[in-house]
Amino acid sequence: MEGPTSTGIPNRKLAMWTFIGSECMLFGTLIATYMIYRGRNLVPPYPHDLLNIPFITVTTFVLLMSSLMMVLALAAVQRNDLRATKLWLGLTALFGLIFLGGQYYEFSHFVHEGLPLSRNLFSSTFFVLTGTHGAHVAGGVIWLSTLLVRTVQGKLDARHAETVEIAGLYWHFVDIVWIILFTLIYLLV
Amino acid sequence: MAMTGGYSTGIRSWLTTVDHKRIAIMYFVVGFVFLLIAGVEGQLIRLQLAAPERSFLDPDLYNQLFTMHGTTMVFFAGMPLVVAFFNFVVPLQIGARDVAFPRLNAFSFWVFLFGGLFLYSSVPLRVMPDGGWFAYMPLTNPEYSPGPGIDFYVLALLISGVGSIAGGLNFLVTILNMRAPGMTFMRMPLFTWMALIVSALILLAFPPFTVGLIFMLFDRSFGTHFFDAAAGADPVLWQHLFWVFGHPEVYILILPAFGIVSDVIPTFSRKILFGYPVVVFSGVLIAFLGFGVWVHHMFSVGLGPVVNAVFGGATMLIAIPTGIKIFNWIATMWGGRLRFRTAMLFAAGLVATFTIGGLSGVMHSSPPADLQQTDTYFVVAHFHYVLIGGTVFGLFCGFYYWFPKATGRMLHEGLGKAHFWLSFLALNVTFFPMHFSGLLGMPRRTYTYAEGLGLDVFNLISTIGAFIFTLSFVPLVWNLWRTWRRGEAAGHNPWDASTLEWTMASPPPHYNFAEIPVVDRRDPLWHPYIEPESRGEGDEPGGAVPRRQPEEPPAPVVMPNPSYWPLVLAVGMLLMTIGGLGSLGLTLFGLLVTAVGLFAWAFEPAFGDEAH
Repeated sequence: MEGPTSTGIPNRKLAMWTFIGSECMLFGTLIATYMIYRGRNLVPPYPHDLLNIPFITVTTFVLLMSSLMMVLALAAVQRNDLRATKLWLGLTALFGLIFLGGQYYEFSHFVHEGLPLSRNLFSSTFFVLTGTHGAHVAGGVIWLSTLLVRTVQGKLDARHAETVEIAGLYWHFVDIVWIILFTLIYLLV
Repeated sequence: MAMTGGYSTGIRSWLTTVDHKRIAIMYFVVGFVFLLIAGVEGQLIRLQLAAPERSFLDPDLYNQLFTMHGTTMVFFAGMPLVVAFFNFVVPLQIGARDVAFPRLNAFSFWVFLFGGLFLYSSVPLRVMPDGGWFAYMPLTNPEYSPGPGIDFYVLALLISGVGSIAGGLNFLVTILNMRAPGMTFMRMPLFTWMALIVSALILLAFPPFTVGLIFMLFDRSFGTHFFDAAAGADPVLWQHLFWVFGHPEVYILILPAFGIVSDVIPTFSRKILFGYPVVVFSGVLIAFLGFGVWVHHMFSVGLGPVVNAVFGGATMLIAIPTGIKIFNWIATMWGGRLRFRTAMLFAAGLVATFTIGGLSGVMHSSPPADLQQTDTYFVVAHFHYVLIGGTVFGLFCGFYYWFPKATGRMLHEGLGKAHFWLSFLALNVTFFPMHFSGLLGMPRRTYTYAEGLGLDVFNLISTIGAFIFTLSFVPLVWNLWRTWRRGEAAGHNPWDASTLEWTMASPPPHYNFAEIPVVDRRDPLWHPYIEPESRGEGDEPGGAVPRRQPEEPPAPVVMPNPSYWPLVLAVGMLLMTIGGLGSLGLTLFGLLVTAVGLFAWAFEPAFGDEAH
C-alpha cells in the first residue's frame, strides 16, 4: 500500500510537514499573545525581576546541540551504523531532558519567588507559552527514547531511516520555536 | 491479515473499521442526528418568538438553546456532514483505495463523536452552556458564568478540534499523495479540489481557536488572566482568536458545498463545467481572502476607522471570486440539456438562495451599514441564507447525488422533489421576513420582544416557516424508509456522470478499484461525448479509463487492517476531557489510556503485508 506517491514524498513525511505548518499557527498564536501583552503587566513581579538570561542561555545551547545530535543520528541510521545511531539518539534525548530539567528548575524557582501561574498577566502568558513548548519537547524525548529502545531491541535499522528522519523534522521544528521564544522572551526582556 | 473478500459485519467490525466508506456512513448518520437535534432547538426558539412576550421558554433556557443550536449546527452537524462527503467521495474521485492514514481517519470520527456526546451530556445535567457559540469574554469568565456550562463548551470543542485537525491533515496528504496515475491537479474533480482547500483551511484555522480555548480553560480553571482587563489584559483578544478561526470556518462549511454543485451541475446539464480553472482558482482565492476579513464580525468593537475600512474592503473583495463561481454555474447550465433530478434542484436552489445571502453579506461588509445591522435579525437572515441556502442545500444535493453510489439503491424522485420544494419554501418563509424584523431593530439573542413594535407579523411568518422546515423532513425520512424497503438498484453510473467514482459497482467493493485507473483527461467517462472543440489540450480521444471496473481484482489487494486502537485513543482523550471538569485523577488516567493507545497503534502492523 505504501507504494510510490503522487508527489514522490512519502505520506508520513508529508504529514509531518503539514503538521508542522499547523503547529506554526499554534505557536504563532501563543507568541502573538505574549508579544501583545508584553509590557502590560500591572502586578509584580515583572519579567526583568526574574528572567535569568545566563542560565537559559546554557539550556538553550544544550537544546541547539541536541539538533546536531539528531542530524548525526539520522546520518548514522542511514548508513546502518547502529552503534552510532544508539549513541546519537540517546544523546539527543538526553540533551532534551537536560533542557526540560532546566525548565523545571526555572518554573519552580519562579513559583518560589512569588510567581505562580495565576499571579499576573506575565505569569499567565509566560507559563502557558513556554509550558506548551516544554510539552512538545517532552513528547519529542519520549518519541526519541522509543526509537532508541527499538534500536537496542534490533527492531530499527537503515530500512526505518525515514522514521528517524520524521522524528528529526519534529525535533528541529521544536528547537527552532525555542530560538524564537528565547529571542522574544529573554533577549528582548 | 490481507482481506480480499467481502465486508465482515457485526458491531465489532464497525468499532474497528478503518474503511473510508464506513467511516463516511458513521459521520453522516451521527451528523444527521445532530442536525435534527439542533433543528429542534431552532424550532423551540421560533416557538418562543412566535408572538410577543410569550413565556414558553424562560430567558435562561432560551440562552442555552441558542448556544446549543449554533454550536451544534457548526461543529457537530455541519462539519461532520462535510467530512462524511470528504470520506466517501474523495478517495473514489482520485482513484485511491483508501485515505493516506486510515486509522487516523477512524480516530477523527471517534473524537468527534465523543466531543458531541460530551457536549450533550450537559443537557441531562441541566448545565448547558449559555454564552453563544462564540462564547465572548468576559461574559464567559468564572465571575459572570459560574457553573460548568461554559466548561462543557470549551472541553467539547477542544476534543473535537483535535479530530478536525487530524482529519484536515489526513485529507490534505490523501489528495496530494494518493492520486491515481495521470490524475494531475488540473484534472481533479471540483469536489476534490474544494476538499483540498478546506483541509488546508482546517489545518491553519483551528490552531488559533484551540489556543483561545486553552486560554479560556486556564482563565476558568487555573485563575490565569488572559482576558482579565483588571490584570492589564484585553478581552477583545478572545474575539480576535475566535473570528480569525470563525471566518475561515464559514468557508470550511461553504466551499465543500460549492464543490458538490460544481460536480452535479455539469452532470445534469450534459456539459463540462464552464471555466474549470477559474472555478478552481476562485475557490483558492476565497480561502486566501477568508483569512483577512475576520474583523468584519467585530466592526462595532471600535477598532478604528482605518482597521474597519481595510477589513470592509477585503470583505467586499470576496464577492468577486464568489460571483465568478455563480456565473460559471449559470454558464454551465446555459444551453445545456438540463435534467431536473432532485440533486440538480438542490444545486440550482443553492445558486439562487446563496446569491441572496451573499448579497446581504456584501451589504454589511460596509462598516457604517453594519453598525445598523449588527446583532439584529438582519444578520440572522444573512447567515441562514448562506448556511442553509448554501451549505445545507449543497449537502442535500450531494446526498441525493451520491446516495445511489453509497447504498446501491435509487431514492424516489417524487419524494425527493417534495423535500426540495418544502425546504426551499421553508428557507424563504422563515428567513426572508427576518431581513425586515432586523432592519426594524429586533435584536438577536433576546428571548422576547415587546408588542406594538411592528415585529409581530414578521415573527409569526418566520415561525410558520420553521414549521414547514420540520415538515420538509417527512418526505426525506419517508424516502429513506421506502428505499430501504424496496429501492430500485442503482447500477454503476445512474446519472451518466463523468468522474471515477461512477466506474465501480454500487455500493463500491471495500477495495474501491479492482484495478487502479490511469487518468488522461478531466471528465474521463465523458470522452466520447465531448466535442473536439471543447477538449482541453492533450485530451485526445482514446480513453484509458475503463467505463466499468472489473468485477474481481486481477491480483490480491492488500488493504489496511481493522484496529481497536483509534477507539482506545479516543476513549483516553474523552477521559481526559471529562477529567477537565475538575478531576485531576481522571485526567491522568485518560492520559495513561491515551499513551497505551498511541504505543499499541504505533507498533501494530497497519497493512496486511507488514510483518516487520
